Amino acid sequence: MIGLEHYLTLSAMLFVLSIAGIVINRRNLILLLMCIELMLLAVNFNFIAFSRHLGDETGQVFVFFILTVAAAEAAIGLAILVVLFRNRRSINVQELNTMKG
Amino acid sequence: MLNYYLIIVLAPLAAAIAAGLFGKQIGRAGSHWITILAVGLSCALSMVVLKNMLWGGAPAENISLYTWAVTDGLRMEVGFLVDRLTALMMAVVTFVSFAVHIYTVGYMHEDPGYQRFFSFISLFTFSMLMLVMSNNFLQLFFGWEAVGLVSYLLIGFWYKRESAIFANLKAFLVNRVGDFGFILGISGVVMFAGSLDYAEVFASADHIAAQNIELFSGSPWNAMTVVCILLFIGAMGKSAQAPLHVWLPDSMEGPTPISALIHAATMVTAGIFMVARMSPLFELSEMALAVVIVIGAITAFFMGLLGIVQNDIKRVIAYSTLSQLGYMTVALGASAYSAAIFHLMTHAFFKALLFLAAGSVIIAMHHEQDIRKMGGLRKYMPITYWTALIGSLALIGFPGSGGFFSKDLLIEAVHESHWQSEPFVFWLAYPAVLLGVFVTALYTFRMFFLVFHGEERMDAETKSHLRETPWVVTVPLILLAIPSAIIGWYTVEPVLFGGYFGDAIEVTQRHDVLARLGHEWHGSYSLVTHAIQTPIFWLAAAGVFTAWLLYLKRPDIPETIQSKVTGLYNLLDRKYYMDDLYIKGFAAGGRGIGNFLWKKGDELVIDGVIVNGTANSIGKLAGVMRQIQTGYLYTYAFAMIIGLTMLLSWLIWFR
Repeated sequence: MIGLEHYLTLSAMLFVLSIAGIVINRRNLILLLMCIELMLLAVNFNFIAFSRHLGDETGQVFVFFILTVAAAEAAIGLAILVVLFRNRRSINVQELNTMKG
Repeated sequence: MLNYYLIIVLAPLAAAIAAGLFGKQIGRAGSHWITILAVGLSCALSMVVLKNMLWGGAPAENISLYTWAVTDGLRMEVGFLVDRLTALMMAVVTFVSFAVHIYTVGYMHEDPGYQRFFSFISLFTFSMLMLVMSNNFLQLFFGWEAVGLVSYLLIGFWYKRESAIFANLKAFLVNRVGDFGFILGISGVVMFAGSLDYAEVFASADHIAAQNIELFSGSPWNAMTVVCILLFIGAMGKSAQAPLHVWLPDSMEGPTPISALIHAATMVTAGIFMVARMSPLFELSEMALAVVIVIGAITAFFMGLLGIVQNDIKRVIAYSTLSQLGYMTVALGASAYSAAIFHLMTHAFFKALLFLAAGSVIIAMHHEQDIRKMGGLRKYMPITYWTALIGSLALIGFPGSGGFFSKDLLIEAVHESHWQSEPFVFWLAYPAVLLGVFVTALYTFRMFFLVFHGEERMDAETKSHLRETPWVVTVPLILLAIPSAIIGWYTVEPVLFGGYFGDAIEVTQRHDVLARLGHEWHGSYSLVTHAIQTPIFWLAAAGVFTAWLLYLKRPDIPETIQSKVTGLYNLLDRKYYMDDLYIKGFAAGGRGIGNFLWKKGDELVIDGVIVNGTANSIGKLAGVMRQIQTGYLYTYAFAMIIGLTMLLSWLIWFR
């Protein structure tokens, strides 16, 4: 029987993977955005698992909210990415250090 | 009489404003006429006031003109107290001022600052009159500071001369020391008597004397002693008593008429006048009187000695002034206030005369002031010679002259004073004033002989131009020579023994030495004929003889003495190293402390550590923090996750 623990474990693994993706990946900005999406999905997993476990649908409603926001965020993120590429001719994360003190 | 008083005071002020602000419009002649007429008017009215007091029996008047401010029951007023002491001072001040105004026309006629000069001396007359006519401490202080200001302006009249600027700054600073004491004294009066008005303060004198003040915890002082000594410190500054005397010789940098008017006849006697005015207070403090007499005795004798080694004609007279002011102070300390004021009056005339005569010599010598380069001027300048002789004789107390009566009776008063029972004070004061007579005669006639007698030591160029000075110079000399010579005859009896001052000067019975002397008084004529029996006469004669021997007969002796006792000579020549002490000690010390505080305190601690230090350390901290800001997104993200993890851990385990 697949219980709550399994869902949570999967979610945690997804979450850690996405963190590792953000931290280790130093090349591609698109990869970074994808990792953030993945992180949100990990959170969604948690919501659904708990919703099911506690018998409360509010969690699932929240998942819809998050998916919507994630879609919007992806759209904006990709738009920024396009503009960035247009300006700098590169989406290499290593070169994006204008905020360096 | 109020209108008289107002005109006496305001006429010189109006003239000063006219000559000072509109000097260009009214021109040189305009400014000297307007000031001379104003001061002449003031002088004439002062004489009327004095005459009314002397022969008309006019009562003392105490008028409050204007209330400037009232705070917490303390009234600050402008007013006049005209009693006999004031009337006498007014007459002396305006008369000498008038003579000096006329003299200035001759002395300053080539000077580009002609109008300015007249404006200043008229302003001085106004300030001095405000000082002497005041009926409260505040106005006294106003006059006190105003004469100090004018003195400062006039010492530095030739402001392009470095030495003049040094001298006026010195005078100003030394006077500040005295004024510091003075204003504390006035504060003490307000604190203990609760009033600034003379009459009210004197009425509560016993109340002040009954109180104590703890300056240092555990040692109570009589309030009256503290107040009087503080007031006297003010007098020491203004009247140039040791150790605050150093400014007066240097003040000779100013033009000669100023030396005569301000630094000999009037302003420097303000301290003497003030102590006499405060006699109801000083009488109640034995301790304060002891301080007064000791300071006076030191000044009278030791400053006189310095006059012997000076070579600048004006400085000799300046030291003489110091010494004579010391005499007056001694008289104050001996409770012979009338004698002090009497000496003040005679001194004002003969000392102004001597200064103006010196000025006349200086004009003739084309502004050469070194007496070693003069000599034999007698036949070139007969009027100056004779008037200077009268002044010199009056100064040394030649029987019958103005100075004779005042000095003789002053010394006699010290001898008979209540200090007889205090050996320390008595044996300091009495020998000082007695030997001072010899010293006075010595320096006076040393100068007199070197200037007017002996061989002619000036260069040929100067010699060919030697002639008597114009009438505007000689008339004031004659004008002053007359009272110098004869005033003593007529005024000694009423002023000293006739109760002239009435209520203006209060002396307790035990201290009243003049009343005791009055019992033996047989008239001026008798005093003159008996002069020959007194040591004073012989000491003066010995002084003149010594001067004649040393500087006319055997001029080699002084040089021998000078080379034999170089230590003593240097001590005198360097003025007891007092200037060195003040300039290298206090002034340089003060500058040193200032420098230290500036460099170390301000620049190092406040600027370096506190103000810039804060900025610098924040800058350094920011430099370290900046290393964290890599600019890479993943670093920020990682930092966020670490933070989130820590926050969550904290929430889970520690809440």
